[in-house]
Amino acid sequence: MMHRRSFLISAALWFAGTTSLTRASTIHEHMPWSPYPSDAPRLERPGPWQFFTADEANAIEAIVDRIIPPDPQTPGGKEAGCAVFIDRQLKGPYGSGVGHYNLGPYKKGTKEQGPQSPLTPAKLYRQGLASLDEYCKSNAGGKTFAQLSADQQDDVLKKIEAGQIKFDGVDAQGFFDALLKDVPEGFFSDPIHGGNRNMVGWSMIGFPGIRYDYRDWVHHHNERYPYPPVSIAGRVDWTPHSS
Amino acid sequence: MARKLPAKDVVIVGLGWTGSIMAYELAEAGLDVVAIERGPWRNTTTDYPSNYIADELRYRIRHELFLRPEQTTFTFRNKMAQTALPIRSWGAFMPPNGVGGGGVHWNAETWRFLPSDFVLRTHLTERYGASFLPDDMTIQDWGVTYDELEPHYDRFEYLCGTSGQAGNVKGEIIEGGNPFEGPRSRPYPNPPQDQPFGHTLFAKGARELGYKPFPQPSGNMSRAYQNPLGVRLGPCTYCGFCEWFGCGNYSKATPQTTILPALLRKPNFSARDNSEVTRINVDASGKRATGVSFVDTEGNEWEQPADLVILSAYTIFNVQLLLLSGIGKPYDPTANSGVIGRNFTHQTISDVTSFFDPDKFIFNPFIASGAIGMCIDEFNGDNFDHGPHGFVGGGYMGQVQTNGRPIETTPVPPGTPRWGAQWKKAVKENYQSAMKPGTGVHGSMYSYRDVYVDLDPTYKDRFGRPLARITMDFHDNEIKQNAFLTDKFAEIFHAMGAKQIVKQYRKAPYDVTKYQTTHLCGGAIMGTDQNTSALNRYLQSWDVPNLFVTGASAFPQNAGYNPTGTVAALAYWAADAIRTKYLRNPGQLINA
Amino acid sequence: MRNASIIIAALIAAGAGIETGFGASSQDFARIERGRYLATAADCGSCHTMPGSDHPFSGGRSIETPFGKLVSPNITPDRETGIGDWTDDQFDAAVRQGRGRSGAHLYPAMPFPYYTRMSRNDVEAIRAYLNTIEPVHNAVRSNQLPFPINIRSAMTVWDALYFKPGEYHPDSSKSAQWNRGAYLVQGPGHCGACHTTKSWLGGDKQTDALRGDTLQGWVAPDITSGQGALGGWSVDDITAYLKSGHNRNAAATGLMAEVVDLSTSKMKDDDLKAMAVYLKDVSGQAPQTAKSPEKNVLVAGKAIYQDLCSSCHASDGKGVPNMFPNLRETATVPATDPTTVLRVILQGAQSVATDQEPTGPAMPAFGWQLDNAQIAALATYVRTEFGKNAPSVSEADVQKARSKLAAGTN
Repeated sequence: MMHRRSFLISAALWFAGTTSLTRASTIHEHMPWSPYPSDAPRLERPGPWQFFTADEANAIEAIVDRIIPPDPQTPGGKEAGCAVFIDRQLKGPYGSGVGHYNLGPYKKGTKEQGPQSPLTPAKLYRQGLASLDEYCKSNAGGKTFAQLSADQQDDVLKKIEAGQIKFDGVDAQGFFDALLKDVPEGFFSDPIHGGNRNMVGWSMIGFPGIRYDYRDWVHHHNERYPYPPVSIAGRVDWTPHSS
Repeated sequence: MARKLPAKDVVIVGLGWTGSIMAYELAEAGLDVVAIERGPWRNTTTDYPSNYIADELRYRIRHELFLRPEQTTFTFRNKMAQTALPIRSWGAFMPPNGVGGGGVHWNAETWRFLPSDFVLRTHLTERYGASFLPDDMTIQDWGVTYDELEPHYDRFEYLCGTSGQAGNVKGEIIEGGNPFEGPRSRPYPNPPQDQPFGHTLFAKGARELGYKPFPQPSGNMSRAYQNPLGVRLGPCTYCGFCEWFGCGNYSKATPQTTILPALLRKPNFSARDNSEVTRINVDASGKRATGVSFVDTEGNEWEQPADLVILSAYTIFNVQLLLLSGIGKPYDPTANSGVIGRNFTHQTISDVTSFFDPDKFIFNPFIASGAIGMCIDEFNGDNFDHGPHGFVGGGYMGQVQTNGRPIETTPVPPGTPRWGAQWKKAVKENYQSAMKPGTGVHGSMYSYRDVYVDLDPTYKDRFGRPLARITMDFHDNEIKQNAFLTDKFAEIFHAMGAKQIVKQYRKAPYDVTKYQTTHLCGGAIMGTDQNTSALNRYLQSWDVPNLFVTGASAFPQNAGYNPTGTVAALAYWAADAIRTKYLRNPGQLINA
Repeated sequence: MRNASIIIAALIAAGAGIETGFGASSQDFARIERGRYLATAADCGSCHTMPGSDHPFSGGRSIETPFGKLVSPNITPDRETGIGDWTDDQFDAAVRQGRGRSGAHLYPAMPFPYYTRMSRNDVEAIRAYLNTIEPVHNAVRSNQLPFPINIRSAMTVWDALYFKPGEYHPDSSKSAQWNRGAYLVQGPGHCGACHTTKSWLGGDKQTDALRGDTLQGWVAPDITSGQGALGGWSVDDITAYLKSGHNRNAAATGLMAEVVDLSTSKMKDDDLKAMAVYLKDVSGQAPQTAKSPEKNVLVAGKAIYQDLCSSCHASDGKGVPNMFPNLRETATVPATDPTTVLRVILQGAQSVATDQEPTGPAMPAFGWQLDNAQIAALATYVRTEFGKNAPSVSEADVQKARSKLAAGTN
C-alpha cells in the first residue's frame, strides 16, 4: 500500500515524466503501486503530416483508398484516416524498427528464417512511394500515382502484387505486403492511433471496441450485440449534450 | 567489477509462474529468498488497466508486453547444414518479460497431461513395438508419473481457481467432463465458464459425431474466487483480450492475481526487477553453484551469492544460461552425446476456419475469454489406436475461439482478393458468421535427434554473449499426425453446417514467422539417466546438486496440451522435494 | 481546504535532560504487551515513523497541515533526541493534556483531545512499551509553522475552545462491549480525528461527531448508522473492514488504508467488534439530497459508467465482495464532499493488503482519458444512481480536484 506522504511524491515524479519501469528496483513487503498509469496511451490527433512529405501523402492517401475503397455504407481508407495512421506509425517506434534485433551481419536467409533486412519501415515507405511515383511518371504519361484514375491505380497495384512491376533499390512486392498489413491495421485499430476515424471500421463489422464486460450478452446466442463501439478515446455519448 | 550482495539461502532466476511458486514454497519453509527478474514489475491497474489494455495494435501487433528482440533473441535454422540467422522480430513464439512472465499474457488454458504422456516411450513401445517409432525420435519417459504429480496439479488448479468440468474423479467417469483425463482427487474449484454460441454449436456437432465434448479447463474465472493463499480473483467478463494482453480486472489466473500478493507479505522474500542474470556461478569443482551474476539497467554488475539456485526463466533462456555457465555437457547431435540442448520441441498446431451462412448465424466472436471453448480429447496422446495410421502423438481439438479482434480475426473465404472492394465486402459479410478457433488442433511435438539448442557461433546479445541457436523442423510423424487431426477437426464443422471450410494443415518446414504458441519445451530435460537428461526426476541438476531448473525446458517431449498446468505441477513437485528431502540432506537426491 | 487535518504529532522534546524514573519494570511483560497493543490501537507509529523506515517511532515524518508543515518528533527512548529523559508525568501530560515537556501547549495535530480518554495506567503502559524499543538518535525540528501559528500560547485559546480533558467514563446503561468500543473509538482509536467535522480552527464539532470530514485530499466519510452512511452495514461488516480492510461493501484506500495496515488489522477481533457495536449505535442524519441533475448529464455519466466501470463494479454498481466496492454501500460515494470520488477516478487508488485479504486490488486512473465534463457526468451519475442522490459534481469541481492533485496541495 501507499503511505500518505508518498502519494504526493509519486504524483510529482509522474508529472516530471518519470516512470518506475525504467530502472532496476528492489521489491519488498508490498505490491508496488503508484497512482496514474505507467504508460498511458498517446492520443494521435488529426493535423499536419508528421512523416510524409506532401507528395508522399498524396500517394499514400490514394493507395489506402484503393486497398480499402469507399462504398455507400462505409468510408474508404482515406476518410477513415488510414494514411494518418501510417504517418504516425512511421514517425514513431514502428517506423524506425525500435525493439528489433538489429545487430549484424545481415545475411539473406530462407523465408522460414524471417525478415533479415536492415531496411526500416520508414525507409521502405520513403523509397517505395518515391519508386511508385517514378514508375507512374515514366509509364503513365508523367502522372503521379495519385493523378491516375482509380482503375489505373488498381491496375498498377495489381501488377506490383503479382511481381510484374519491379522498383530499383527496393522490393516492390515487399512494399506492397507492408501496405496490406498496415492499411487494415489503420482501418481496424483503435482511433487513438489516427485511423478507424469515428470507429467506421469497427461499425462496419460490428466489433464493439474496448468494451470490457459482455456478461450481459454471453447467453444471447445468435443475437446481434446491440451496443455501439467504444474507443479508448470514448464515444460521442460520453459527452453531455446540451439540452 | 561485480559488487557482491549479502548471501541469501535461495536465489531465483526469473519471477514468472514457476519462480513465483518456488519463491512462495521456499519462503514458506523459512528460507531467505531473492528473485531476480529481467523485466519490469507489472501491476494490473497501472500497467494493463481495463481502460486501455484492449488496444489490439499496441499489445497484439506491436508486442508491448513481450521481450524486445533487441534485448536478446535467438538464431534459427531448419537444418544442421544451414546457417542460423537471428530472429529479428517475434513470430512463431513470444518470449515473455517482466514480473509474472508469460503468466501475465497467457490464455490461461490449464490442462493436465495424460498418464501415458509421462511414460511415453515405455507405453508406446509396449503397445506398438519399438519399431513403430521413427529411428531418430528421441522420446523418453519423464522419471515422474501422473500419480506422483496429481496432488501438485491439484494445488495449481486450486491456486488458479481453474474453471472446468471434471471428467474423472478418483476413477469415476463424470458426464460432461473429459473422460480421457487421468483420475483427479477432486473436481475443479470452479464450474466451467459460460460458453458463447459458436462454442455450444461445436459441442453439438461433436456429440452428433459420437465424441464427448467438454469445456476447456480455464484460468479465466467463472465466478469470483478466493484461493488457499487468501488471494482473490474477480469474475471473467468475456472481454476477448486475454492472450497477448494483461487482464484488467483481476479475473485471469496470473502470478499477480494468485501468488505475488501473498508472497510479498513474507518478510523473507524480496525481488529485483529490471536485472538480467548473465551467469550461474559455480565453484572450482564445478559441482556447486555459488550464486548468480546479474546486470541492472544502469549497467552495474552484481553478484548474488546463494546456497540454492533456482533457474526458472523461459525454456530457452534456461538452456542458454546453463550453456553459458558451463553447467552440464552440451548436446552434440552428431556424436549423439551430451544433454544440455537436447530434446527441444514445440507444438504442432493447425486450424480450420469455417464460414457459415451470414443470414442465419451471428457468433459475436468478440465475446470470449482466453481459455473459453469446447474441446474433444478423442485424438490426443494415445487415446486412440495409432496402429493403422503410422504416426504417434495427437492433440486436443476444439472451438477455442478466444477473440474477435478485427486486425487479427477478420477471416474471408478462399478466393477473396487480398484487398479492394471485394475484400472489404467479404470482411463485412463474414465477421459475424465465420469461426476461427485460436488453436483449433493442438497437437504434440515429439523429440528428434536433430532438433536442439546450442550456442550460435556468430550472433551475440548486447553483453557480447552468444545467442542461443535453435535448429528445428517438423518431422513426418508430426506432419501425418496433423493431417489426420485436422481432417477429423474439419468433419465437426461439416456436422455443424458450415457452408465453406478451410483447412490450414501444418506443414514443413517449420516457419519462425508464423505464430504457433509459445510452448517451446525441452533442452534441459528431466529423466532417469544422466547420460540422456540434464535433470533428475526432481528437476535437480545431475551435475550441480544445488541447482534446480523449472519450466517446460524439463519436458523430454511435448504433449498435445498447453504446458502451463504441467509446468506448474512440476514446480510444486520440485519444491516439495526441496522442502521434504533436499533441505534435510542437501546433496544429490538420486543415487545415480 | 477548510478544515484542519490534525492527526499529526507535534510533541517537542526540548530543554536539558532530567533524570527520569521509569514507572514500569522492564520485566513487566504483561504491561509492556498492553502498552504495545495500545500504541497499535492509537496508531502512534503511523505519525512517529518515516514511511519505509527501519526505525519505528524515531519521528521525522513531515506532514502538511492547513497551518503549515509539522514534523513528528522522535519518541524512542534516546536520551538526547527522543523521550528517554522524560518523566512519566511529562509523558502523560503530553499524551493526555497536550502539554510539551516545558509545559507549552502542543498543537492538536497530536490527538491528545482523544487520548485524554485513556487512563493514566494506559499511558504508563504505552510508555513502558516505548521504553523497550531501540533508542534512535534522530534530532527532529518539529515546528516549521509560519507566524503567528508558531506561537504556542495561541494554543491556550484553542484548548479552551475545543479541549475537554478527562478519562472515559463507562455508560452504565450500555453493555460492557459497547463501552469497550466507545472507549476505543473515542480514545486511543481517535476515529473522530478524521471522521468528525472540524471547525475552522481545527476543533471537533461535537454535534457532528463521526459525520465525516475531508483531510489531506481524502474524505473521511460519515461512519454513523441509522440514516447515516453505514446504515446498511452490519456489525460484522464493520468488524471485517477494520480487520482486513475489505468487506462485502467496501475497500479501504487512502488514509484509511494506512490506518488498517498499521493499526486496526493488528487489533483483537473482540475489540474490533466492540468498536463496531458502538459505531452501529451512533446515529447519523440522512445525507443531503440535491436537486436532480440534468438528464443529459446522467445519460452521459451512465454511458461512461457502463463502458468503463461495469467490468469491475458491475452494471448495477454492486461490485464484487471483498474486491471491488459496492458503490451503493460505500460511505464515500454519497459523501457531500466528492473529493474521494474524484480522486480515485482521476488518479486511481489501491486498496489495503492485509494478512486476511492480501489481494489489495486497485482501480485504474481515468483522469488522462476523460475530460472534466465527462468526469463530472460520471461522478454525478454514480452519486445519483448509487449514492442516494448525493449532490452533483460540476466541471469546476473536477478542475479544482485536478489542480490540487497536480500541485500536491490536496
